[in-house]
Amino acid sequence: MSEITNFKLCDLVDKIKKKELSSKEITEAFINRSQKSTILNSYISDNFDDAINRAKEFDSKPNLNKKIPGIPMAVKDLFCTKNLRTTAGSKILENFIPTYESTVTQNILDQGGIIIGKLNCDEFAMGSSNETSYYGIVQNPISENLVPGGSSGGSSSALAAKLTPATIGTDTGGSIRQPASFTGTVGLKPTYGSCSRYGIVAFASSLDQAGPMTHDVKDCALLLEVMSSYDAKDSTSVDFVRGNYLNDLSDNIKGKKIGIPKEYRVDGMPKEIERLWEKGIKIIKDNGGDIIDISLPNTNYALPTYYIVAPAEASSNLARYDGVKYGFRSKGENLIDMYEKTRSEGFGDEVKRRIMIGTYVLSSGYYDAYYLKAQKVRRLIKNDFDEAYKKVDAILTPSTPSSAFKIGEKLNDPVSMYLNDIFTVPINLAGLPAISLPGGHDINGFPLGLQVIGKAFDEQTILNIAYSIEKNIGYKNNINDWWIK
Amino acid sequence: MIKNNKEYLIKRDNREYEVIIGLEVHAQVLSESKLFSSSPTKFGSEPNTQVSLVDAAFPGMLPVINEFCIKQAIKTGIGLNAKINNRSIFDRKNYFYADLPQGYQISQYKNPIVGEGSVTLDMPEGEKKIGIERLHLEQDAGKSIHDIDPRNTLVDLNRSGVALMEIVSKPDLRSLDEVNAYIKKLRSIMRYLGTCDGNMQEGSLRADVNVSVRKKGVSELGTRCEIKNVNSIKFMQMAIDYEANRQVDILEEGGSVDQETRLFDTKKNETRSMRTKEDAHDYRYFPDPDLLPLELNDEFIEDIKKDIPELPDEKKKRFIEKFKLSPYEATILVSDIETSKYFEDVSIKSDIKLATNWITGELFALLNDKSIEITESPISSENLAKLINLIKDGTISGKIAKTVFEMMVDGDQDPEKIVEEKGLKQQSDPKELEKIIDKVISDNPKNVEAYKSGKDKLFGFFVGQVMKQSNGKANPQLVNQILKKKLN
Repeated sequence: MSEITNFKLCDLVDKIKKKELSSKEITEAFINRSQKSTILNSYISDNFDDAINRAKEFDSKPNLNKKIPGIPMAVKDLFCTKNLRTTAGSKILENFIPTYESTVTQNILDQGGIIIGKLNCDEFAMGSSNETSYYGIVQNPISENLVPGGSSGGSSSALAAKLTPATIGTDTGGSIRQPASFTGTVGLKPTYGSCSRYGIVAFASSLDQAGPMTHDVKDCALLLEVMSSYDAKDSTSVDFVRGNYLNDLSDNIKGKKIGIPKEYRVDGMPKEIERLWEKGIKIIKDNGGDIIDISLPNTNYALPTYYIVAPAEASSNLARYDGVKYGFRSKGENLIDMYEKTRSEGFGDEVKRRIMIGTYVLSSGYYDAYYLKAQKVRRLIKNDFDEAYKKVDAILTPSTPSSAFKIGEKLNDPVSMYLNDIFTVPINLAGLPAISLPGGHDINGFPLGLQVIGKAFDEQTILNIAYSIEKNIGYKNNINDWWIK
Repeated sequence: MIKNNKEYLIKRDNREYEVIIGLEVHAQVLSESKLFSSSPTKFGSEPNTQVSLVDAAFPGMLPVINEFCIKQAIKTGIGLNAKINNRSIFDRKNYFYADLPQGYQISQYKNPIVGEGSVTLDMPEGEKKIGIERLHLEQDAGKSIHDIDPRNTLVDLNRSGVALMEIVSKPDLRSLDEVNAYIKKLRSIMRYLGTCDGNMQEGSLRADVNVSVRKKGVSELGTRCEIKNVNSIKFMQMAIDYEANRQVDILEEGGSVDQETRLFDTKKNETRSMRTKEDAHDYRYFPDPDLLPLELNDEFIEDIKKDIPELPDEKKKRFIEKFKLSPYEATILVSDIETSKYFEDVSIKSDIKLATNWITGELFALLNDKSIEITESPISSENLAKLINLIKDGTISGKIAKTVFEMMVDGDQDPEKIVEEKGLKQQSDPKELEKIIDKVISDNPKNVEAYKSGKDKLFGFFVGQVMKQSNGKANPQLVNQILKKKLN
């Protein structure tokens, strides 16, 4: 049984289609391994019993025309799942059971997927280490006491530890790509408007985007195909022709022009990351791609811009958690007192910090200086990319400025924590697609990732480039199952 | 208290103060579903039965613009002779309240869907134009109910998310009569357009009233106070009168008016401070990132323009020019779309002049008496037209017609049948009339003599006698003619 969990998503689909494995066998295998891996704390809620029933149901009447027939999958606990508790990593939604299904998880169900549980994440997806979750910190299976990245830390941990064959996350400033990079897995943030936001607990509406997290690029292409759809229930969803990402996946990148932005060479970046970047450049050249030096002059302003725009939207998006309608409520003397106690006790420190920042930057007298200015800078950052894409097809950068850090290392230093998103944030501000794939290790043997950034709605090109790099870079995760006794 | 002066001035000794009024009218968009969700909007449903996940702001729920509401706002804008903006933006107005599930209201702040326009008022002293500053779309909040449960406030979200148009006037109103005329005109235009039912009892039309005063002759505006959420014209007038006098009293005592938001207490007939400028909410407006800017191309707007019906001002003009009605008559008949429809129905089938008189006279008196709307009129336009035709062709006299009219009320009866069955047909046969007249003359020799000797007034006596003898059926014109001939 144990080797079933070693298979990747596409292999499992293949085995189901060839009837070499049943959905029940696969589902049980991942559930068993999940049950042995509670130390990692990847899950917030499980759906094991229901999942096994659904697997049996699938096996009794298998529909093999689906894209992920009978495949079990645990998902980030930011996606609302019908009749299955959804907490967003917060105490304020501790007992919240949605009566509805998010569009993305519905797409997974519609394509034959079976949801086996809800994965841990930073509270309301605010964090880069999964240390802000009300449901506890998550271990990176790479090494004990190492953060799995965030905010999709439960997802990256569960994926790398093979508790789920693939998973989905959400990415507002790097929340898919950074944890993928920290765990030696692949994560893709699609173009804003590709995957519906309907039913995803909102953090920052103009930046949030759901995306696949997988073991390799092929799996990533397949899962993106499943997730991405036009949805009239999300006014920011874009009705474009979605590609056959898996079918059209190709490692032929001959003639592709790939830009290298000089602004991404930051001071104090570890040598290994520098070397990894060079290695990526060499692979592209060897495969017939053209390397072109480019400039994204406003990169430096991305992080401060992000930390105005995202908290501003969050401060408003989180106003609905007031104890009145659903979720946690504290008793109060009157309405205001109830609000204050509910929100003081229901939200964690990082969420409160961002609500305060967001409220401040939107306040009258400060709006122009912060929010409005940030929106203007955001436009400039987008213009930088538009300008670059006149010359190149895609851009190659490191995913993060460092490898995974120790649990607790940055918890009390928010700015140093925020700096972790320096390479991923500009992409969200510009609404572009980007993929992180593993490329090497640092001196501690911790994974490092490369990021390929694409033009809007051109997910295929970045998948192809990543596929080509993946084939040649020879990365392998060394996970010794230290947490299973 | 409320004086209908032509010029509304507040006097203290020999000092006169002018009252400056601006209105922010909240008009509920006539629409089957809400502004950003598909929930129904029916009034008076059981609490919390018209609430979707979006209206109750469940996690991950997103607003989707209801195109019909957008069209309704554009129509209204066109009816207000206003500029329709090709690009408008929905913003979030952030504040906490138990009946505001999202913790913000989606509204339009800096970029409304409709810009400047105007409304023409028909005042006794002539027309007056009132400027419109803007019209924007926004969501209504739910309703907090404090008087059902002794310890808890209950919340009904049926209204949460219903589309409202906020129509902001310029500070152009100067009297209580103008406020009355303005609200009625707005209501009339929207009812013509079918964009708001204007039902003030059900809260479909409410207003925030801005009031300031200044010494007569001074050109700059005084500090204003805003009176929130007044839901009838009468209350608006009472609130303005109270508030204007309050402000004048402050100025008279050498004080200055503080800019603040006030509430009108309908029981005590006074306004009370709700919050001052210092503790005004900071709503932290910003563009709603869940909604894209609303882009309207000219073609879309032009298509809506094609659907705009004849509005009260144009209709009035047509009634005056084509139907030769007086401006007063035309104003009355176009003021309400249903009245104008009724009038046009009747006049097409009968006679314009008679239709005007009968509708503004007998019918209005009847409706007034019964306190009902013209749509509930016990006499259909078809039967009123028949009655008028009976007068017009001489079948019955105007006087008999009034009797028939009274009989028609009970079950909208056909006047032709009534006249037939009750034998009310006018006596227009000159030979028959002559017989009656001859009898009256021979029965009253003294009066005949008196008349002939110069007592002209006695003519009426003879007419009366003839009418009496004919049970009121004699054709009065013929009676006059024959009588004159016989007596002279």
